[in-house]
Amino acid sequence: MQLLALVATLLLLSAVGFHLGRRRAAARSAAADRRPHSLPVYYGSYVALWSGLPALLVLLGWLAFEPVVVRSLVVDSLPPAARELPPERLGLLMNDVRNLAAGVVTSRDVDPDMAAAAETYLRLKRLGAVAVAVLSLAAAIGGLGLALRRVRPDLRARNAVEKLVERLLIGASTIAVFTTVGIVLSLLFESIRFFNAVPIHEFLFGLEWSPQTAIRSDQVGSSGAFGAVPLFAGTFLISLIAMAVAMPVGLFAAIYMAEYAPRRLRAIIKPLLEVLAGIPTVVYGFFAALTVAPFLRDAGTILGLSVSSESALAAGVVMGIMIIPYVSSIADDVITAVPRSLREASLGLGATRSETIRQVVVPAALPGIVGGLLLAVSRAIGETMIVVMAAGMAANLTANPFETVTTVTVQIVTLLVGDQEFDSPKTLAAFALGLVLFLVTLALNVAALQVVKRFREQYD
Amino acid sequence: MIDERTARRLARRHAAERRFKLYGMASVAVALAFLVALLVTIVGKGYTAFAQTEIAVEVSFDAGAVKEGDFAGLVKSALAARFPEVTARNEKRELFGLISSGADRVLRDMVRDDPGLIGQRRVVTLLASDDVDMVVKGHVTAESGRLNARQAEWLASLRQAGAVSLGFNTTFFTAGDSREPELAGVGGAVVGSLLAMVVTLCLAFPLGVATAVYLEEFAPKNRWTELIEVNINNLAAVPSIVFGLLGLALFLNFLNMPRSAPLVGGLVLTLMSLPVIIIASRAALKAVPPSIREAARGLGASRLQVVTHHVLPLAMPGILTGTIIATAHAIGETAPLLMIGMVAFIVDIPAGFLDPATVLPVQVYLWADSPERAFVERTSAAIMILLAFLAVMNLLAIVLRKKFERRW
Repeated sequence: MQLLALVATLLLLSAVGFHLGRRRAAARSAAADRRPHSLPVYYGSYVALWSGLPALLVLLGWLAFEPVVVRSLVVDSLPPAARELPPERLGLLMNDVRNLAAGVVTSRDVDPDMAAAAETYLRLKRLGAVAVAVLSLAAAIGGLGLALRRVRPDLRARNAVEKLVERLLIGASTIAVFTTVGIVLSLLFESIRFFNAVPIHEFLFGLEWSPQTAIRSDQVGSSGAFGAVPLFAGTFLISLIAMAVAMPVGLFAAIYMAEYAPRRLRAIIKPLLEVLAGIPTVVYGFFAALTVAPFLRDAGTILGLSVSSESALAAGVVMGIMIIPYVSSIADDVITAVPRSLREASLGLGATRSETIRQVVVPAALPGIVGGLLLAVSRAIGETMIVVMAAGMAANLTANPFETVTTVTVQIVTLLVGDQEFDSPKTLAAFALGLVLFLVTLALNVAALQVVKRFREQYD
Repeated sequence: MIDERTARRLARRHAAERRFKLYGMASVAVALAFLVALLVTIVGKGYTAFAQTEIAVEVSFDAGAVKEGDFAGLVKSALAARFPEVTARNEKRELFGLISSGADRVLRDMVRDDPGLIGQRRVVTLLASDDVDMVVKGHVTAESGRLNARQAEWLASLRQAGAVSLGFNTTFFTAGDSREPELAGVGGAVVGSLLAMVVTLCLAFPLGVATAVYLEEFAPKNRWTELIEVNINNLAAVPSIVFGLLGLALFLNFLNMPRSAPLVGGLVLTLMSLPVIIIASRAALKAVPPSIREAARGLGASRLQVVTHHVLPLAMPGILTGTIIATAHAIGETAPLLMIGMVAFIVDIPAGFLDPATVLPVQVYLWADSPERAFVERTSAAIMILLAFLAVMNLLAIVLRKKFERRW
């Protein structure tokens, strides 16, 4: 919480700078008997920005690089034998040093070298905290003083402030790009490490998935198989079931709302359907696991079918319900966007309303509808909680909706939740699956957006 | 006059028309029926969790036991005194199983508040165990539940004596997680959710508005801004679990931030909701008519002054509505938080942004996995709280929109 105190102090300094800047601008222009170039607020903001931003940069730089710097310094202080360890072992050792420093139990006996390293670690940490406090405060006070000295009636404070603010706005807008870059890099790096252990063709085309690798060499069995085809098939099956529910229901609901429903009824139905999209997915998961799955299993028993209690059907149906509003609201939008003249021409030729809808409106709106459906498919593929809670873990390669299948997202969650060894192929496999998931949904989204965009252009 | 064939065909076509309309109505009905079924199931299963079974027994506050702090012993001797016929060791253990293992805390608190109790006898209502609770609430019958025949008999005799009652379940709102259903509460998860939400709001709102203002008001139309735009649209549709993977790789493994911390959870949710907020804010900014900007420019305002003095205040209701809806979505999000370790079993209520914490939807997920029957009603009740929270936020957004909505 020292950090919070530091940030608060820096903010306070900025506020003081704002006040001083304003006062000084007023005083100096009164003394020189001339109007200042900008409004007093801008002189205040000028000083406040000059005192706040450099200090903030110092602070952020420290936050970003402190762990790396401290780590490399501690590693340098270790005895040569420890320094030459392979990276993973060194990582574990460093973990223990950190734990020892934090007073938590360690995974091995404490030897004097480690105690010394922990000591160094703590010392460096404290030193770093003091150093950053001193540095950022110095930057804040220095910036404040410099800016304050520059405040004169002829200083173009507004122009300076506006230029800076625009830079900040540009900076904010690049975060979205950095997020994408971050996603791609983190997925790619870990995936490449995974593909070093498991060849990429084995991952993409292998038919067997059992990620339990032996941690000790003398462990029996599990050599680990990373063939992801059963996962892809399971994801496909569940998405297919979901779309089989969501597509007809969503489309017909959209057609009814856009073409038949009286205005008042539509004003009630539309938000109610959108409630379905606002319910957290974990709630759907609970509903699927607790109500829908047992119901389907019992119904199956009555009909003489054997339905697994973690069947693909239950997860798929509930996921389909969740997706209904995505389909219906996009379809509703594109159907309403079809020009009236098309409908009137068709009705004028004697077609009934349903004939008009089937033969004129829907074909005209088809690109938009297809785009909406593609977006819905990408939702279904990326959906996690419903399948984690209602579909199973067993990687069966089957097309039978009554059996248990598993999906890409379920496996990502199972591989990463709980105890993990970060460098084992088991953990890295999650990132490879994530990469596949990201690429597939990205392709679907790009395609969908293109289709929808082209449709919009057609009628705008 | 239309001939018979035409009339037949017309009738067929009209029948098709009616069928088609019926399909539409049926679809809407099916979707709404699912919604109703979902809500009814949750509420029907969950409302009982707001009450909790209590058993009144006479406790003698023995000075020796109090001094040793053996309040569990007080509970046991009180029960033994109530059922003197129980002597065998295993039967006694079954008898003590009627009362929650956390019941002794009540006695400790009583003695702390009023030391004069020591050496006296009082009738105290103690928290029943979850197995008893389930039977009393009628979720399971005494035979099908986890109580055995003897325990059921004791419970029946207690009920006959009027010692068993249902009280309001405050524990559920104040306590953190617990292995014992009757001691588990959503307090910790709610606090964790609020902490993560504060982080998300504090970061996503200013960053989102800044990005939207730049793209809408300042950005030149070039390759770079087009790239940013395409990027934002695609990010909005990236599966949430991918953001979790990003958080795991970037915040935990690269930057060595603590696991399970609301700060990290908030950061991940920020990255996830940022594109949505940007898109909503841009729409709100776009809705402000250009004439306002031109009038302000004409009076000599700089571009930034136009934005801060005129466009932004006018667009603010729309921006806030979008932000609230995006935040509500982020609060209900579970999958990315599983990736950054917010699934840990955490009993303590988090006190800061770096304390280990869990959030409400993850708590729902954890409880949904628990085998105890009593956790089913608690999961449903936690879902009710989550849904109520989301409903309030969305209502707020709707009210905001209705109140400040402007048609130009």
